[in-house]
Amino acid sequence: MIEANQLSKTYGNFTALAGISFAAKQGEILGFLGPNGAGKTTTMRILTGYMPPTSGTAKVAGYDVVEESLEVRRRVGYLPETVPLYPEMSGREYLSFMGSLRRVDDLDVRVEEVLEQVGLEQRGDSLIGNLSKGLRQRVGLAQALLHRPEVLILDEPTIGLDPAQIIEVRDLIRELGRERTVMLSTHILSEAQQVCDRVLIINKGKLVAEDTPANLSAQLAGADRILVRSSAQAADLAALLKGIPGVESVEIARQEGTVEVTSAPGRDLRPTLARRIVEADLDLLELTSAGISLESIFLQLTREEDQVGSQEN
Amino acid sequence: MRNSWVIAVREFRRYFISPLAYAAAALSFLVLGLIFSLNVNFGLPTGQMNPDGRMVLGPLATVLLIVSPVLTMRLLAEEQRMGTLELLLTSPVRDWELVVGKWLGSFLFLLLIVAGSWVFPILINQFTEPGIDQGVLVSAYIGMVALVGSLLAIGVFASSLFSSPAAAAVFGFAVSLVLWILGNVGAGLSPLSQAVAYLGLLEHFYNNLYQGILDLSDLIYYASVTALALFLASQVVESRRWR
Repeated sequence: MIEANQLSKTYGNFTALAGISFAAKQGEILGFLGPNGAGKTTTMRILTGYMPPTSGTAKVAGYDVVEESLEVRRRVGYLPETVPLYPEMSGREYLSFMGSLRRVDDLDVRVEEVLEQVGLEQRGDSLIGNLSKGLRQRVGLAQALLHRPEVLILDEPTIGLDPAQIIEVRDLIRELGRERTVMLSTHILSEAQQVCDRVLIINKGKLVAEDTPANLSAQLAGADRILVRSSAQAADLAALLKGIPGVESVEIARQEGTVEVTSAPGRDLRPTLARRIVEADLDLLELTSAGISLESIFLQLTREEDQVGSQEN
Repeated sequence: MRNSWVIAVREFRRYFISPLAYAAAALSFLVLGLIFSLNVNFGLPTGQMNPDGRMVLGPLATVLLIVSPVLTMRLLAEEQRMGTLELLLTSPVRDWELVVGKWLGSFLFLLLIVAGSWVFPILINQFTEPGIDQGVLVSAYIGMVALVGSLLAIGVFASSLFSSPAAAAVFGFAVSLVLWILGNVGAGLSPLSQAVAYLGLLEHFYNNLYQGILDLSDLIYYASVTALALFLASQVVESRRWR
């Protein structure tokens, strides 16, 4: 349904996308993960026909995004990052306007359907300018669903929502993803894990990883970190913990008296570490699993990228 | 074309919830009414002025020179500022359909003001014998509609260039004003100055249509200005995609 082939985009001297390729099948929910400025929005804008790539090609629903832009736009539902709404219109008016531009059949019926789908049937006549941010997000989502698009492209669909709304929107996306192709961007790892069938990680306009969420986590599980603080000096503590089987490295952390232990994949070293410290007659003050943060994944993946890059050179 | 109509209807309706549009309409009629009453009370009795529709249409042209850029300023600039242009440019609407729709919406609204001004010639017709020349009146109104179409198209073009409505209004007014006074600049007899004068917005209105001379070439002139401005506006919208 979506095929991107060596897409690149430059704005003046700035390279936003440096040749990325990927594909998504029908009924697949594709997550697009990356830090701000990685090129997520740029990619989505190319796929929705908003702007052409500098080079490379992309097909959505079988149509070329540049050559057959109108056909693509007919088949894509798009929720941009800044939800495009007219504050002086009510939700119903807004959806009717967009629906008539998109030539939706039985528009009035369909507007009620999507309002119900996003849980807005009670607030459909309120002016959009008076709605809360979460409700506006839902109006935007309703707009993207209105014409029953084959492909849904959602740029940060849960940003700015409260936790309950986030869960609702995620459920809705999962439901929609059963028949349609959904591509959504996020910078929340757990969101990608919960919702997506497959995840693309991009950084600086390049694809750095592509896999199912489960595989990505397994692959990255080696990065388990534990923060330990005791009554001893950090250097002494580091020396004490270094010899333990399963410990890959011990580094002195920035916080006073704290060391950061990196463990081998899939092993929880916390009980062992605690016992060793107590046996050495020290007071254990803190023992925290730092887990894997998205930042550390990016750091890890981009470091690998840079190394590969320098070898090639 | 249906897309343009959908957009035009939305813009037309939007003027009715816009305080600015009401203010513009109210101001237009206030100024027209004032000038009209001055003309009726002082101009007609002293014989300085002949009773005809031009007592209204001359001032109306000047008022609309100012009102047009105000009515068109937010059409595209605000879409750009609010990020809603992204929505329109990713819906199955061609860039020119968007631009034409925006223009048409403002044109329909301004037609209401122009039509409303017809009340003044009707009044003059009531209290003068044998009444006013209806032919000249109709010709002048046709010219007015053509002129307004061009002014609004220039305004739409200005609006496409900026993401600030105020900047669009100032630029639109400046371009219209330059074209407005071009006729005076080129008042000389040399071929060049004649050519420059021919490009002015007012020449075709005051010299011909306003006088009751319904010449196709003048209407073609206004249609060309309108088409050119709308073409440039859609080029600007399209160029936004490449930035």
